[in-house]
Amino acid sequence: MESTRYQKLISHIEPTEMILNMGPQHPSTHGVLRLELITDGEIVKEVIPHVGYLHRCFEKHAENLNYQQTIPFVDRLDYLASMNSSHAWVMGVEKMMGIDGDIPKRIEYIRVLVCELNRIGSHLIALGTYGIDIGAFTPFLWCFRDREHIMNMLEWASGSRMLYNYIWVGGLFYDLPVGFEERCKEFIAYFKPKMNELNELLTGNQIFISRTANVGILPLQTAVNYGCSGPMLRGSGLKWDLRRVDEYSVYPELEFEIPVGKGEMGTTGDCWDRFKVRTDEIKESVHIISQCLERLQTDLKRTTDFDPRAKLPKKIIPKAQDFYVRAENPRGELGFYFITDGKTEIPKRVKARAPSFCNLSVISEISRGVLIADMVAIIGSVDIVLGELDR
Amino acid sequence: MTFEEIKELLIAKFGQEVIVQEETNGHQPALVIAPDSISAVCFELRDNEKTWFDYLSCLSGIDYGADENIFGIVYHLASLPYKNTLTLKVMQYHDRSRDELPSFPTVTDVWKAAEWHEREAYDLLGIRFDKHPDLRRILLPDDWEGFPLRKDYKVQEYYNDIKVD
Repeated sequence: MESTRYQKLISHIEPTEMILNMGPQHPSTHGVLRLELITDGEIVKEVIPHVGYLHRCFEKHAENLNYQQTIPFVDRLDYLASMNSSHAWVMGVEKMMGIDGDIPKRIEYIRVLVCELNRIGSHLIALGTYGIDIGAFTPFLWCFRDREHIMNMLEWASGSRMLYNYIWVGGLFYDLPVGFEERCKEFIAYFKPKMNELNELLTGNQIFISRTANVGILPLQTAVNYGCSGPMLRGSGLKWDLRRVDEYSVYPELEFEIPVGKGEMGTTGDCWDRFKVRTDEIKESVHIISQCLERLQTDLKRTTDFDPRAKLPKKIIPKAQDFYVRAENPRGELGFYFITDGKTEIPKRVKARAPSFCNLSVISEISRGVLIADMVAIIGSVDIVLGELDR
Repeated sequence: MTFEEIKELLIAKFGQEVIVQEETNGHQPALVIAPDSISAVCFELRDNEKTWFDYLSCLSGIDYGADENIFGIVYHLASLPYKNTLTLKVMQYHDRSRDELPSFPTVTDVWKAAEWHEREAYDLLGIRFDKHPDLRRILLPDDWEGFPLRKDYKVQEYYNDIKVD
């Protein structure tokens, strides 16, 4: 067997170079990720990521459970954005069943509302922990303080803080609790100025800019070739958001912008741009939430006879086909590829295309020749969640 | 470009035999391509300015069942300029002998995104990719035995003296 690139790299190491293992317990790898660095002094010559420490073979689980039973496993893929993940899964199954047109508007709006809340929560973690990676402690505490409001609201709706199992095929677990819309409005009013505070404290901070601008530059061509998506792709300057491209759910009825990286502080596609895209996306999500609340309190108001489980299919047996569904998660394009045989309630094959998986694969390309300290800045700006990376 | 136009474009360029089969029953039609030509077809689809499939959304290895003994790869392409998508497939009969794994040409030189996806397909399904630059296991440990997503997979009893259940 011919030797792999990895073997060649390791066997051709110079006497002046040193192999340094960063992780799997390193705090700035955001989970159990190991980066093998070939270093020459402070310079990183080559980065070899080793993943799989959190692997539990989600795809094998999915081949043994029916579609509804798999949703809790889907939630555990990207555990910071469970709502978004289960939304993608549910959309795929509904489309295969041909019931995607029958879902009541109120349910669709509630789904988008909780997904966008979850997106804010997920981005707040990304921003806060990124601050800590760079050495800014306060923004981390601020982000977690604000995220706690979202966690409490979603717990109120679903009964769980992080892993919700709230969005079901054909409907929802429950309707929103009474008073949720009002509480959510209060939160939006509270949260809007907090974002400006965060921007003043961190985004425009000169020390932060010096650490992130012109670091880890990801050219658009490379991003597309490596299959990067989400804030990674948009940070490199391309307006590509599946909420707009595929126009799924009720997103066509909602108004929002797609923020892209413009290289304001350095070069387009650097770490600062990716960070800025996330902060801007939070603002857009807030805007989407306000619009959803508006509709949910007026023409789609709660009625006593509304049953979010009314359209739940008794048995989910899609006809034989294969189907790829994709949705815009906080981290990028989450895709599920189903193969069904039309006879059983269990899919024949499910493949999950995790955004973090593709986003991380570009890391060795963009971090050749950087300083070890910049490595921390780059890995944080990719914003990986190992739960979905390792599946 | 519609699905039919893409099909005609490929036939005009590579001849009739490049498309083995056409699947149009589901929501997303797919072209089954002759395995030997997959790399050339992908290059053409990526670089032709009428199609510009510059983005590989997903690459999935498939074991079509313990009785059929057919292995396949499914490519989900996307075109960012045209906002278009396309599904390609390759398939191959293989008798599951362990001496030689089923093998397909790699598309890593077309899209770098394929590199990790192909490593994953090798890791979990035991599908080899010819000329892949770095074909090693990715999610499982290097000394793991067997390929978990195969339909005839049996879990090894012990892994490094640890009981596996």
